[in-house]
Amino acid sequence: MTAVSTQLSFFDTRKGLFSWIFSVDHKRIALLYLYSLITFFLVGVTLGLLMRYELLNPGKDLVEAKTYNQIFTLHGVIMIFLFIIPSIPAVFGNFFLPIMLGTDDVSFPKLNLLSWWVYIVGALMALSTLVFGDGPADTGWTFYAPYSVKTGTNVTMSVLAAFVLGFSSILTGLNFIVTIHRLRTPGMTFLKMPLFAWALYATSWIQLLATPIIGITLLMITAERVLGVGLFDPSIGGDPILYQHLFWIYSHPAVYIMALPAFGVISEMLPTFSQRTIFGYKAIAFSSLAIAFVGYFIWGHHMFTSGMSGTARFIFSMLTFLVAIPTAIKVFNWVATLYKGSINVQPPLLYTLAFIFQFMIGGFTGLVLGALATDIHLHDTYFVVGHFHYVMFGGTGFAFFGALHYWYPKIWGRMYNITMANIAFVIFFIGFNMLYFPMLIVGLMGMPRRYYDYLPEFHLPNMISTYGSWVLATGLILMLANLAAGFFKKGPKVGRNPWNGITLEWQTLSPPPVQNFDRMPEIPLNGPYDFENKPAIKE
Amino acid sequence: MRASASTFAQGVDFSLYVIVGISVFFLIGITIVMLYFVFRYNKKRNPVATNIEGSHKLEVIWTAIPTLLVMVMFYFGWMGYKPLRKAPDGALEVKAYGQMWKFSFEYPDGRITDSLVVPLGKPVKVNLVSRDVLHSFFIPAFRMKEDMVPGKDNFLWFEATEKGRFDILCAEYCGQLHSYMLSSVTVVEDAQYEQWLASTAGTSNEHPGLALLKQNACLTCHSQDGSKIIGPSFKGVFGKTEIVVTDGVEREIVIDEAYISRSIKQPNADVVKGYMKGLMVSYEAVLTDEQIASITDYIKTLQ
Ligand code: HEM
Ligand SMILES: [Cu+2]
Ligand SMILES: [Cu+2]
Repeated sequence: MTAVSTQLSFFDTRKGLFSWIFSVDHKRIALLYLYSLITFFLVGVTLGLLMRYELLNPGKDLVEAKTYNQIFTLHGVIMIFLFIIPSIPAVFGNFFLPIMLGTDDVSFPKLNLLSWWVYIVGALMALSTLVFGDGPADTGWTFYAPYSVKTGTNVTMSVLAAFVLGFSSILTGLNFIVTIHRLRTPGMTFLKMPLFAWALYATSWIQLLATPIIGITLLMITAERVLGVGLFDPSIGGDPILYQHLFWIYSHPAVYIMALPAFGVISEMLPTFSQRTIFGYKAIAFSSLAIAFVGYFIWGHHMFTSGMSGTARFIFSMLTFLVAIPTAIKVFNWVATLYKGSINVQPPLLYTLAFIFQFMIGGFTGLVLGALATDIHLHDTYFVVGHFHYVMFGGTGFAFFGALHYWYPKIWGRMYNITMANIAFVIFFIGFNMLYFPMLIVGLMGMPRRYYDYLPEFHLPNMISTYGSWVLATGLILMLANLAAGFFKKGPKVGRNPWNGITLEWQTLSPPPVQNFDRMPEIPLNGPYDFENKPAIKE
Repeated sequence: MRASASTFAQGVDFSLYVIVGISVFFLIGITIVMLYFVFRYNKKRNPVATNIEGSHKLEVIWTAIPTLLVMVMFYFGWMGYKPLRKAPDGALEVKAYGQMWKFSFEYPDGRITDSLVVPLGKPVKVNLVSRDVLHSFFIPAFRMKEDMVPGKDNFLWFEATEKGRFDILCAEYCGQLHSYMLSSVTVVEDAQYEQWLASTAGTSNEHPGLALLKQNACLTCHSQDGSKIIGPSFKGVFGKTEIVVTDGVEREIVIDEAYISRSIKQPNADVVKGYMKGLMVSYEAVLTDEQIASITDYIKTLQ
């Protein structure tokens, strides 16, 4: 190939709004996703802060009970369906999977664009309940029957929104599977793929196979509400437990749709900032597949108190513990990757370390909930709320922001202010733990979740948690402002490889040209993290 | 944490200590190792990295150890839980009803109460019944909860080991006033319990209609003083002209005996404008016509 490094970046080829919202370039679609995701995330955070404010003191602080119930439902729906499920795959997967595989786009660029549009339609449907009809649903994001069949709020619209969003997720999954099978550059065998690609591969299979089940379940709710078909409401001949089974058959595997891509990102950042190969490449790659597989069979652990038979509880609890094993293996391999590295402490590494710490807390509290005796006490308490925020926010959320700091210079070709990023990180980290750790405590004390008001003995931890939410918000604002400043006020330009990374995206220009590579990417000899034989990268 | 006040609580607390103990040990250990590596192999101290691909021996070790530990955790979790599903023969049986947003209890002798009174050190089996949506019967001090599922029988049992009054909370979200769905269990000496049982179930000079309203949790949603809770207040409602929505069409009606009876039996047939449909369940199978008449009688007095 010719050595013209003056190729136009994907930002500069075409201009104007339409060149973005109808673009089939995977990089532009990734950014469309990024901007929309961050917007919805901020809406979700605002709702979260409102909830925390309401819980500052016992009694009413801000809103009525019904409004509070609608807020936590919308918060859950937004954070799950609009933020965390699409987050890493739709943004960083879209942007970097083709580049890491050495190819110029995903297999079906038009489907890719369609999936963003479907996402936007679903998002608008979910948010439309704020303005139209009888107000946003007040059922919790789980839409448990029969309450969801009986309540007068706009459940039908919220449920249909989740249904539509499912298609967006399926399309992305399908696209990635085919891309990974068909479009790897010559020489890039499966076992030479970066671990991020492996993680997306496992995730995509879950998206493809599990999402249809929730689709059907949500349609069943709609049929019951609109047509009066007795499926889940016992007063018209249905079975509420059936709903729970169907819901969690999807929603437990969905937990791995949220977690696996984060594992992938972490497995990229660790080698880069340790400047050495990942410890146990195959163990990490295959444990993703094992988690995806076992994850299908443990949904019942959400229903230990629903009156399931003892045998079912025994089996679901046992299988739940099994899924902890591949997860533990990953953590050990990550920590071992730091061993004898040459560690460069930069903002993305800080997010990585925080991820490992917080994800461990999420995992260990998960074990507490997976054990039958303790779950009988802790099920549906704030312990669960603390647990899943540690996994989804402290884990996946931190990985997402780590990835944003990691790939930022590649995407925009500029660097943010590193000192500021470090300061923001510290505040964010402290705020996060101050916000969620007290929830674990108050849950152990016996405070149920989805509680508008609480007994006086739960006051102190709730107060600390609310103060924590303000610290976290400060960190978040600083972080985003710093990233935005690097972008608008034009932070210093960077070359191809500011972090001295090794995967293929670091061989091309920052930002990449439309075709992704201005010269043929060179694949490292012995696997993706072979720092000893790292191809020399000329600017 | 709160006092542990049932035999079951000891099993729960023990498995909690086992799991949390192991977890905290690993959490702290791994975090310290991680931070030490970041410090020790910082590029200032270690400019050149050593590539280590992995180690089969370590992989085996750190697969085997977690496997063993999680099986230990599972075992204690299971052992702590097992007693919960087998109520001893001869346990005192009480029926607990959950409905938006009130618990009520029915004793074998037919008395109905708002809160539980149980004897110390005797097994008590609570049969859980929901009259509308999901609820969950949760006694934190006893470390146990079990869902109340409409249309499906469920139960839990316990043996209290400490005297006192303990909170009962609803742990499964059940709508607007979920967080106010509270009750309590009072644990007393055997003798005191017998005494309580023997006391005539408080034959007060309360209007029988009011007693029915209380028993059936009507008053959690309908006030007697004109304030709006979830449903329309009972004050002045008899003889009032209201606009109701029937099958999506608004019409004007006058509230009489027939209307009240229909509202109790088919609450969603006519819904007063401005209120939510679907929240009230039918009491057709719960209340007899005489009881409904008695309720209507009482409502007439609220002018
Ligand atoms: C500033 C950030 C956040 C705050 C202050 C916050 C706060 C809360 C609180 C207080 C609840 C409990 C509501 C209750 O049970 O009464 C809650 C529920 C929830 N949060 Fe967050 N949260 C935040 C971020 C997130 C993120 C990033 C995610 C997902 C990635 C998330 C997902 C959820 C979900 C799924 C629920 C359950 C909703 C339900 O019960 O239906 N939250 N949040
Ligand atoms: Cu699960
Ligand atoms: Cu409840």
